[in-house]
Amino acid sequence: MLQSTEVFREKPPRLVTPAVQVRAREPRVAPGETKPCIVTNHLTAYFGYTTAVKDVSISIAQNAVTAIIGPSGCGKSTLLRCFNRMHETVPSARVDGSVEILGSSIYGENTSPIAVRRHVGMVFQRPTPFPTMSIQANVAAGLRVDRQSHATRGATSEIVEEALQRAGLWAEVKDRLNESATALSGGQQQRLCIARALATRPRVLLLDEPTASLDPLSSQKVEELVYDLRTTVTVVIVTHNLQQAARVSDSTAFLLMGELIEFASTSEMFTAPRDPRTESYITGRFG
Amino acid sequence: MTSLPVDWLEKDRRKLRVDASAFSDKVYEALTAACALVIPALVIAIALAVFVAAWPAFSKLGLSIITTSDWDVAGGHFGAAPALFGTLVSSAVALIIATPLAIGIAIFLSEFSPLWLRQPIGFLVDLLAAIPSVVYGLWGIFVLIPLLRTSVMPFLRDTLHLGSTPFFAGPAYGPSMLAAGIILAIMALPYISSVSREVLMAVPRSQREAALALGATRWEMIRDAVIPYAKSGIIGGIMLGLGRALGETMAVTMVIGNRAEISASLFAPGYTMASLIANEFSEATNDLHLSALMAVGAILFVITLIINALARWLVWSVSKGRLA
Amino acid sequence: MKNARRRHVVSGAMIGLTYVCAVLATLPLLLILWHLIIKGASSISLAFFTHMPRPVGEPGGGMANAIVGTLILIGIASAIGLPIGIGAGLHLAEKKTTPLAQTTRFLADVLNGLPSIVMGIFAWQILVRPIGHFSALAGGVALGAMMIPLVTRTTEEMLLVVPTSLREAALALGYPKWRTSISVVLRTALAGIVTGALVAVARIAGETAPLLFTALGNQFWSTSIGQPIAALPLQIFAYATNAYEELHRLAWAGALVLISIVLVISLAARLVTRSRFGAAVD
Repeated sequence: MLQSTEVFREKPPRLVTPAVQVRAREPRVAPGETKPCIVTNHLTAYFGYTTAVKDVSISIAQNAVTAIIGPSGCGKSTLLRCFNRMHETVPSARVDGSVEILGSSIYGENTSPIAVRRHVGMVFQRPTPFPTMSIQANVAAGLRVDRQSHATRGATSEIVEEALQRAGLWAEVKDRLNESATALSGGQQQRLCIARALATRPRVLLLDEPTASLDPLSSQKVEELVYDLRTTVTVVIVTHNLQQAARVSDSTAFLLMGELIEFASTSEMFTAPRDPRTESYITGRFG
Repeated sequence: MTSLPVDWLEKDRRKLRVDASAFSDKVYEALTAACALVIPALVIAIALAVFVAAWPAFSKLGLSIITTSDWDVAGGHFGAAPALFGTLVSSAVALIIATPLAIGIAIFLSEFSPLWLRQPIGFLVDLLAAIPSVVYGLWGIFVLIPLLRTSVMPFLRDTLHLGSTPFFAGPAYGPSMLAAGIILAIMALPYISSVSREVLMAVPRSQREAALALGATRWEMIRDAVIPYAKSGIIGGIMLGLGRALGETMAVTMVIGNRAEISASLFAPGYTMASLIANEFSEATNDLHLSALMAVGAILFVITLIINALARWLVWSVSKGRLA
Repeated sequence: MKNARRRHVVSGAMIGLTYVCAVLATLPLLLILWHLIIKGASSISLAFFTHMPRPVGEPGGGMANAIVGTLILIGIASAIGLPIGIGAGLHLAEKKTTPLAQTTRFLADVLNGLPSIVMGIFAWQILVRPIGHFSALAGGVALGAMMIPLVTRTTEEMLLVVPTSLREAALALGYPKWRTSISVVLRTALAGIVTGALVAVARIAGETAPLLFTALGNQFWSTSIGQPIAALPLQIFAYATNAYEELHRLAWAGALVLISIVLVISLAARLVTRSRFGAAVD
């Protein structure tokens, strides 16, 4: 699946040796070419008096995978958490500026953060299945709090199956749905968490370094399913792993010390970054 | 997958009542905060109840309750000095016996014990704290006191010739300050040991290794590097044990002999504040008598409150409040 | 060189001393258990649990009223102590360092160390004196007041062990805060919380002093909350200090029953917390 490739266009004025191989496939979606899904405007996020995200204005495309990269502490997780209003769950956290998802502002006065979170799924770095629940109950956990949409029991098991299929886990667990979720391996647990996030059919899926604690084989499975999801869901993935960003994403945003330095299509970003800081990070001079 | 309408959030916002969950959150917070408030309220309520009950005696008798020895119900004199004396002495004896043992076993468990033995022995020592007081008393009456009377006391008095000292003088019938001290020592032991064990184990390895690298023997390392580091925690543990010993009622009542007199001898029977209250309560006839008993209770309350608060503060300052 | 030798000898001697301390410290427990079994086991029979005490002088009899009385007292105490204790524990685990939380935590520990007789005085002053007679309710309240700080602290400890990532995962799914606390955090910590509750129950089941002037004890069969009620530790105390040999026998049996319950619960508690959280505990 992973192939290295030649540079596939004319040499740009400034030759940069690609530190990462860019996967050739089509079609690549560049920012600005399709409808925007998440649009931020002068978004600034604070922890008390510390500014973690500074004045970020970005437009993330629909039904595509966007990666956010940057060195540790640059604010990429914080930026991600502003998209589903998880940032404010930390005491003394604050947000200025606006974030719109599919045209609706999520920070409006009358907007409930809970409603936002039910339409935006999130998967964290460490797999977090609920230990006292079975696999089935875990996947359905998000449904149970949203009773208006998913009432009947029959619908629940169908939805659970659909979510597990989308997460690529169905074949492995279909015979043991009632077993405890903690019996699964790390990679399976993470895919379970992805299924749990997908069960509510979110429009947006946020992934915060989802393969950081997984072995390479499981990481590969997760990357493949992320790539497949982009036809139906807008995916934003924060990652430390540059190769992963190159493999999986259509567009990439580079953050440094809370500021958005560059945002471009992945192939451009990794072969001809415009900002010298981006180039330094990608070629491994720091971070 | 069909696409949701652009105003997907609008649609859900109507369905999801923003107030509903915010309201439930507030109710939840209020309920849990109310439960938490019960605890300080309880402390205040106990203090109030005890002092209100004790006030008649305090206002009439003042400090003579603890400075005089004459407990004369009919005459209206209530001097509980022997009880105060007994409480302090029995607890002191208990600490003298228990502290070296407790610290010794704490050192053993944290330094020398083979790993597989650590949990079982620690568990056995901690279990001592779970045994009900009345069971200790039962054992004290039928096992300890006969043992003291027939073996230990004669041994101390005759074989060790301690009978000539004022501390071991007088007839040795069994029920005595010594018996109370021994039982209290067993009851205080797990508290001192458990706290000491935790603070000793919390001493960082670097301290130990630095001492050993300087050429200290294992014992010297413990004496000079580990224990000083854990000192305030150990003292806190001792105070915890003291607090337990001061307030102990049943086991003491059953073995101390319940005689209101002040004597220097450990062989003599005595009285403690807690056993005084326990013994006389059901027979208290007039209000002043009751109030005097409550006054003794109030004094006990204050003493143990201070000791426990000090103990907790000491223990917390060492191990950041993670102990039960 | 001689000095070094001496130091090593001293070191060895002190280490040996700690071994001796270990033996001496575990001895009392084993001795007490030994005597309890020897003197009490022979009196344990079905009759012990089902029969009432016989008039003095007649052989046989049991402690049925005391056992039932203890159960009723535990019930009342738990009804007070468990909800308030768990609620307070939830508050402490979530609020962590607010002034209320810190004060409550400190005072809970202080309350845990108070003499139980003071709790009895408290319940007597508010529930016996105004009403005019002793009651099981007063005893239950005294015991319940003792349970509250115990349950609070163990609940808090168990809740703090639950990783914050679980709470975050629930919030990200759209769980409201209260639901996260109850359906996810509390539920995950439930085994430990139940264990802590059982340990608290075992502790108060053995308390005598608070019952001396609240529940008082009762020679006859009574299950009424508003009347004095028998209790196992009260009965043990009464029989142990009595002159008749026959009653001593029953006292030993009662003590054996009491301590068996306490031991089983303590052992189970140890196993539960160790298996869930590894050797990090203790």
